[in-house]
Amino acid sequence: MTTAALARKRRRPRWGSYAVWFVLFCMAIVFLMPVYVMIANGVKDAQSVSLQRMWLPPAQLSGANGFVGAWERLSPNLMNSLSMVIPATVLSSLIGAINGYLFAKWRFRGSDIIFTLMLFGFFIPYQSILLPLVRTLQVVGLYGTIPGLVLVHVIYGIPITTLIFRNYFANVPTELLDAARVDGAGVITTFIRVMLPLSIPAFVVVGIFQFTNIWNDFLFGVTVVPNPARQPVTIALNNLSGTFSVEWNVVMAGAVVAALPTAIIYILLGRFFIRGILAGSVKG
Amino acid sequence: MTTASTDSTPAVRTASVETRRWRLSETMQTVLLLLPSIVALAIFVYVFISFTFWVSLSNWRTLKVDLSLREPLFATYGELFAMARWQADLRNTFVFTVFFIAFAVTLGLTLAVMLDRHLAGHHVFRNIFLFPYALSFVVTGVVWRWIFNPETGLNLLFELLGMNHLLAQIGMGPLRPGWITDPTVVAQVNGILAAVLPGAESWQVRWGIPLAMIPVAIAATWQLSGFVMALYLGGMATISDEVREAARIDGAGEFQIYHRVIIPMLRPVTISVVVILLHVSLKIFDLVYTMAGVGPGFATDVPAIFVFEQMFKATRYNLGSAAAIIMLVLVALVIVPYLASTLKEES
Repeated sequence: MTTAALARKRRRPRWGSYAVWFVLFCMAIVFLMPVYVMIANGVKDAQSVSLQRMWLPPAQLSGANGFVGAWERLSPNLMNSLSMVIPATVLSSLIGAINGYLFAKWRFRGSDIIFTLMLFGFFIPYQSILLPLVRTLQVVGLYGTIPGLVLVHVIYGIPITTLIFRNYFANVPTELLDAARVDGAGVITTFIRVMLPLSIPAFVVVGIFQFTNIWNDFLFGVTVVPNPARQPVTIALNNLSGTFSVEWNVVMAGAVVAALPTAIIYILLGRFFIRGILAGSVKG
Repeated sequence: MTTASTDSTPAVRTASVETRRWRLSETMQTVLLLLPSIVALAIFVYVFISFTFWVSLSNWRTLKVDLSLREPLFATYGELFAMARWQADLRNTFVFTVFFIAFAVTLGLTLAVMLDRHLAGHHVFRNIFLFPYALSFVVTGVVWRWIFNPETGLNLLFELLGMNHLLAQIGMGPLRPGWITDPTVVAQVNGILAAVLPGAESWQVRWGIPLAMIPVAIAATWQLSGFVMALYLGGMATISDEVREAARIDGAGEFQIYHRVIIPMLRPVTISVVVILLHVSLKIFDLVYTMAGVGPGFATDVPAIFVFEQMFKATRYNLGSAAAIIMLVLVALVIVPYLASTLKEES
């Protein structure tokens, strides 16, 4: 810390820092511009929203703003998303924790190859499995249902949750395992008694990662669930945006509504969100 | 991260030597516990891909299932590559990939370097730049569709800022691009390709840069440059201050420290960033679908939309499957060497 403070002090040209700060400030405004467009137009009412006034703030706040219409149309789909994302996140995190523990601490001949083959499943374009996936779900009676979507997200979530937990558990000292083993604990007992209590931070990271990924999914939702009443909110937002009879303020408010859960998580737990990015996207 | 797993490798090795005696039963337990996941992914990834591949070779092109193989075997692929739309899709993916990766890496790295100075409020800036990454591509598409709508959005902003007035003063026409509605393809290279490649004159598509693809690349950059920044910041945090200090003592300026020392040290991060962005751009679907659709004259169509429409709208299953397999091959060309090198590094 002290060296960092020292190094910071050493940087001579102060006006240079102001220039950089100014550039950052301008970039922040550019980055927030679409967010402004969403919110400013979402709170306008149907009379005051127009293409010519896109950049202007709302003149007054009325009770008939876009959020009323958006909530009316999207709240059922919001519930669909929630009832999909919560079980899918919990299940895929738990499976990932067990797999990650086994791949990190109980390596056997070929385990790295198996792990790599599993990880490949995270990167494939899902278009290459959609057709047999839909047929399979139809056969087992899960096509068009939220449980069907949960199953899909759990299975295709396994590679990435396994990867994050594997990297996390690899950092847990093996001495802890050895101690448990001397006490006679087996593979599962060690996991429950030693590893699980240590893995709360990893669960938070993986949970946020999966929640965001699954909430934001579009492709599985649109192909596995054809019935609009049962679709997750991202698909409903896209439908809303393509409907010409719907006012523009409702679409913008709808975008805010659909973005809100992940945005709130990001604002509250940003630190873990960043850790998830680092853990999940840099190679295993 | 790689460092994490390599650190622990020696420890794991010693453990396996010590415990060889009761290893067998524990290995059995491990395999049994892993088996459900292994079987599920074997089916949902590898068996499913094989099925899609089979369909791409079959006669199944209507709602009626027909899995008999087509004669000649790869006829559907021939048909696919002869389609003007598919040729446009390949062109668009290529153009999108180049612009998107160039924009996102440049911007992400620049933001990371600026934030690495730990100026006042750098956490706030970082959180703002990363924020779009938490949103869905659908949300991004819906909003940016209006920003790049020629009737309003940026064109209106140009107007409001008086740019067209300014341009008129110096004798130029108003700046009013068609953005995502622009069918123009600039920098066409059909002539050059026809001269170099045999058979290229039969291509139906205009090879060049479809202008409508650039706004899509900008929207994607908005969403993902914060992610690139986060990866670079993560990498920069692992470089100790001694390294910078040493470079400074050697007389390097701020710019040189990054240009000559830090960025070269972050090569592994750069490789990860490019591989990840590359596979995102090859698969890009929701953003383009919600923001621009297929575009005028397929100016913004991409393979993922093509597959989706052939499979779920036109029910031409063999054609859609063939296109999906090509997408998979393109992604595999990027990902397999990356995963293989990771595997080799670890063992």
